[in-house]
Amino acid sequence: MILQIIDICYLVAVVLFILGIKMMSHPDSARRGNGIALSGMLLAIIASFLTPGLDNLILIIIAMALGTIGGLYSAKTVQMTAMPQLVSFFNGMGGAAAALIGLVEYGDLPVDDIGKGSVLMASLVIGSVSFSGSMIAMGKLQGVIKDIRINKILGFLVLAAAVGLAIYVLNSGEPQPILVYLLIFLSLIYGLLFVYPIGGADMPVVISLLNALTGVTAATTGLLYDNKVMLMGGILVGSAGLLLTLLMAKAMNRSVSNILFTSFGTASGAAAPGQSGDQVAKEINTYDTAILLAYAKRVVVVPGYGLAVAQAQHAVHDLEKILEEKGVEVTYGIHPVAGRMPGHMNVLLAESDVSYDKLIEMDDMNEQLPNTDVVMVIGANDVVNPAANDDPSSPIYGMPILEVNRATNVIVIKRSMSSGYAGIQNALFFDAKTRMLFGDAKKVLNGLVSEVKNM
Amino acid sequence: MEAIIEYISSNQQEFYVFILAIFVGIEVISKVPTVLHTPLMSGSNALSGVVIVGSIIVLGKTDPANYLALSLGFLAVLLATLNVVGGFAVTNRMLEMFKKKPGKK
Repeated sequence: MILQIIDICYLVAVVLFILGIKMMSHPDSARRGNGIALSGMLLAIIASFLTPGLDNLILIIIAMALGTIGGLYSAKTVQMTAMPQLVSFFNGMGGAAAALIGLVEYGDLPVDDIGKGSVLMASLVIGSVSFSGSMIAMGKLQGVIKDIRINKILGFLVLAAAVGLAIYVLNSGEPQPILVYLLIFLSLIYGLLFVYPIGGADMPVVISLLNALTGVTAATTGLLYDNKVMLMGGILVGSAGLLLTLLMAKAMNRSVSNILFTSFGTASGAAAPGQSGDQVAKEINTYDTAILLAYAKRVVVVPGYGLAVAQAQHAVHDLEKILEEKGVEVTYGIHPVAGRMPGHMNVLLAESDVSYDKLIEMDDMNEQLPNTDVVMVIGANDVVNPAANDDPSSPIYGMPILEVNRATNVIVIKRSMSSGYAGIQNALFFDAKTRMLFGDAKKVLNGLVSEVKNM
Repeated sequence: MEAIIEYISSNQQEFYVFILAIFVGIEVISKVPTVLHTPLMSGSNALSGVVIVGSIIVLGKTDPANYLALSLGFLAVLLATLNVVGGFAVTNRMLEMFKKKPGKK
């Protein structure tokens, strides 16, 4: 009877995992999704305690208590900016746990069970790689570990050696405890070599990939025990994690193979201002922009000549109204020379009944920008070009600008990457905070209005 | 090689689950807005802490006289718990910014 109860608990836990992940992919339900996934995990843990013949209960409880205290403490105290490091750290812990399970289990497994033996070797190798890789990723994000050039071939050699060793151990027909330790050692080294040469800026993608790997080890551990909750949960994380890796790479305008195989030196791309030829601007789509806007507290619109050309003043007012309905504070940052004549923007916006007290002059706006969640630059270019502040060689050096890069996020709506009236490149487009939304201002704004409405 | 094929055919059920779960994982997050990438990564990281189930079983079945296995198992439970608890807690903190805003106009 107790075995059946355990099975049903595991089944329910798997359903909760799937629902949890599903809900976490939408902003409204994300928090509840996390809670649901957590309740699935608690259920799975309780069920595993019901396993008949469980010994060492006191040790288990002490270990869990220590882990809980450590986990909660670090999660509560970490700085918001250091979150990715912490995720990487936790991920490494999961990988290490899987490798340790494999290590303990190796002593108990009959040497002639090659099927289970291969699964166990996979757990050991992938778990160790995930652990050491995550630690390096954490160090890189923290800035403790610098980017170093390492020949990728070295990594592959180590991996090949590890795989060869695993095959030898499996086929030797005898217990090989020392070789198993050597296998773990080689896998750890491979994890280091795998992550070391990848640029610091690409770490989020790498962490997502390592996370998928940890999922796979959880699944192989599940195979080892014929345990469905580990198998299903692990594979779920593995495949969702892999897809997420691809999505993240795409959002950063990078390809995964690019990151993994040709990566060194990418982080130095943002070097000298003016040399923007090798820089990549990051794109965003209407849907993501709408989400960013709808969940912001303060949004600032910086209109420019492009808004006038596209006759988008009514569309921008519509967007403002619908965002205000959602409780978002929307104001306009008006640069004195935005457009082709002084006051051009005020006139244009007044035409579409934008309330006058929402139009904020440049100096006042610059004070407010650091507390702004999203700045939407619509068809403006030179009036937000940071070169005016920091590049003495620029023709617009010394011109006062709207310092939009002081806000948390910058969305630039523009028809193409072409430069502004002054004919100079704009470093803002390559800023880490900036996302480009290409298209005709009117069409883009109407698209945003309908996306925000649907939320 | 033969042994592996043998293993797969005698554990068909597991391998069906394996394959289907891959598709479920992909389906379930097919449309994720960029702002949720990091929280979702963190959340699925917490889920990979499901190895805690394995570590509890492994420590629970260890011979209390085998000190090496005991300490390795102990460490496995501790690390897996860190992964689960820390993972969910940090995800929750990230998602706090999506709380419904008070004072809707």
